[in-house]
Amino acid sequence: MSSNLLKIYDTGEKKRENMMTKNKTKRKIRWKHILPFYVMVLPGLLYLLIDKYIPMFGVLIAFKKLDFQKGILGSPWCGFDNFRFLFQSNEAWVITRNTILYNVGFFLVNTVLSIVLAILINEIRSKRAVKFYQTSVLLPFLMSWVVIGYLVYAYLSAESGLINASVLQPLGYEKIAWYQDKRYWPFILIFVNAWKGVGYSMIIYLSSIVGISQDYYEAARLDGASKWKQIRTITLPLLKPTVLTLMILAAGQMFRSDFGLFYQIPRNSGILYDVTRTIDVYVYQALMKNSDYGMSSAASVYQSIVGFVLIVAVNKLAKKYNPESSIF
Amino acid sequence: MKTREYKITQTLAHFVCGIFSAMALLPFLLLIIISFTENEWALNNGYSYFPQKFSLEAYHYISVQWEQIGRAYLMTFIVTIAGTALSVIITTLFAYGISHTEIPGMKFISFLLIFTMLFNGGLVATYYSYVRLFHIKNTFFAILVPSLMMGAFNVILVRNYFKFSIPDSLSEAARIDGASEFRIFCRIVMPLSKPIVATVGLMTALAYWNDWMNGMYYLSERGGSQYFTIQVILNNINENIQVLQQNASKLSAAGSFAKMPAATVRMAIAVIGILPIIVLYPYFQKYFIKGITLGGVKE
Repeated sequence: MSSNLLKIYDTGEKKRENMMTKNKTKRKIRWKHILPFYVMVLPGLLYLLIDKYIPMFGVLIAFKKLDFQKGILGSPWCGFDNFRFLFQSNEAWVITRNTILYNVGFFLVNTVLSIVLAILINEIRSKRAVKFYQTSVLLPFLMSWVVIGYLVYAYLSAESGLINASVLQPLGYEKIAWYQDKRYWPFILIFVNAWKGVGYSMIIYLSSIVGISQDYYEAARLDGASKWKQIRTITLPLLKPTVLTLMILAAGQMFRSDFGLFYQIPRNSGILYDVTRTIDVYVYQALMKNSDYGMSSAASVYQSIVGFVLIVAVNKLAKKYNPESSIF
Repeated sequence: MKTREYKITQTLAHFVCGIFSAMALLPFLLLIIISFTENEWALNNGYSYFPQKFSLEAYHYISVQWEQIGRAYLMTFIVTIAGTALSVIITTLFAYGISHTEIPGMKFISFLLIFTMLFNGGLVATYYSYVRLFHIKNTFFAILVPSLMMGAFNVILVRNYFKFSIPDSLSEAARIDGASEFRIFCRIVMPLSKPIVATVGLMTALAYWNDWMNGMYYLSERGGSQYFTIQVILNNINENIQVLQQNASKLSAAGSFAKMPAATVRMAIAVIGILPIIVLYPYFQKYFIKGITLGGVKE
């Protein structure tokens, strides 16, 4: 589209050039063609400025001793004091560890489950069954974390939760105070995250399985390969690029966490912080509950900067080894 | 001819997929059943798929409280419709602009967009600038503007569609005929982009419908409660179920005060909150799936 568009400008300009020889008019006409495009991007640019770029300058807060009377610019500098406080506390290590480990766990579990599901759905011949399975496993993806928090609460609530009241007690077991016992939470969070996310990644994998040429399977069948062998030697290897792309995406996001999941599902239970608090939750709590601008902005800037370095580094690496799989 | 292997594969596939489907759907069934359970029974026996006593008291309570919950529901619809409309307009215009890379500066503007995916100011700075600089706290803008209106991801989906799926010849012909760029955009490009606009619009609408974070950050109980959406109310109940009761006693000083069925009413509100999604989802499913597959592959 681009070169053609230029051509039109050129011809337009030439025609007019013949009529008027003045250089000034020529420039004016060119502007007349181009200006609408700038007008079109203007609202979006303005939004980027308000929503993204002005806050970027706000990272200064992390290096200031914030005084509301004086505003950000008027507040005195404090160098790296906020960061020093943050890293001297044990919190920095815990929230970093939690953020990274959960991301790794989420990726592994979701990838395995969604590939299994995609392969099996692809085998099913009944169109209506496929549609039903797809529809139902994708449904959780459409829910907000608040609603999912309610669903989890219906199962885990200590007094009236389904697991305690209808499963453990009738079988003669002790009730479990789920929201008070941190041993269970790594599994609960990984499970809940998979519950919401598997339908989504399944669809990505299914679309790449559908894209695999049937010739491969035809040939394998003629050679007498079993279904299992076809999956192992054709489907799985050909899914590798998709897995790799998604892995690179996930690796770049290692330092970010889904605030809703870690905030809503453990219901802000203090005893669980050790295994449920990620950087995002820490930033929120330091800011909203303690109004501690110093610590929260330090943690938030720490996340932004390390996250940025990570994305750029991962993408560089990806480009080096496999140009196809880089993100930008 | 159906071989033994075919039968085994089909059975196994149906079995495993069936388990996945059941796991996905059963929590919703429980939510709905709880909302129809008698509160007293739920308190004594806990939540169950097979309650002995059903009751409409949770929904009755909601109807008594409709002034609060109905308003939140209306607000959710308003912000979803307004937000989605604005979002689609600025997203498509922006995408159309940056799809014309031959125009000076557009590459830089694309970069400005992509950069927001790599780096951000973080919650503290965003919060500070919205509250102190733009003063959106406890205004309608609080639930409309922050973070939801235009995402880099959606812009890229639309830009790629404009770039690769719309034949150049059409807009060229219009341009030669003297049509303005806006006219080309409205009359040629947009009508041809219905599928992608539907996809992006639906994903945005879902994000607005489901959003509770903006409300949590920028709306307070005192001063901002008229802008609460249903998700914000659900979030507030989660933090403190008493918020419903407090409002009830405030509103119904006249005497129509009903005792709150605390164990079941929250689930009933959640059911009301997800109802539109569940009802509309089957019709919109193909657009969602399209959005996911488009987003899954790299740009």
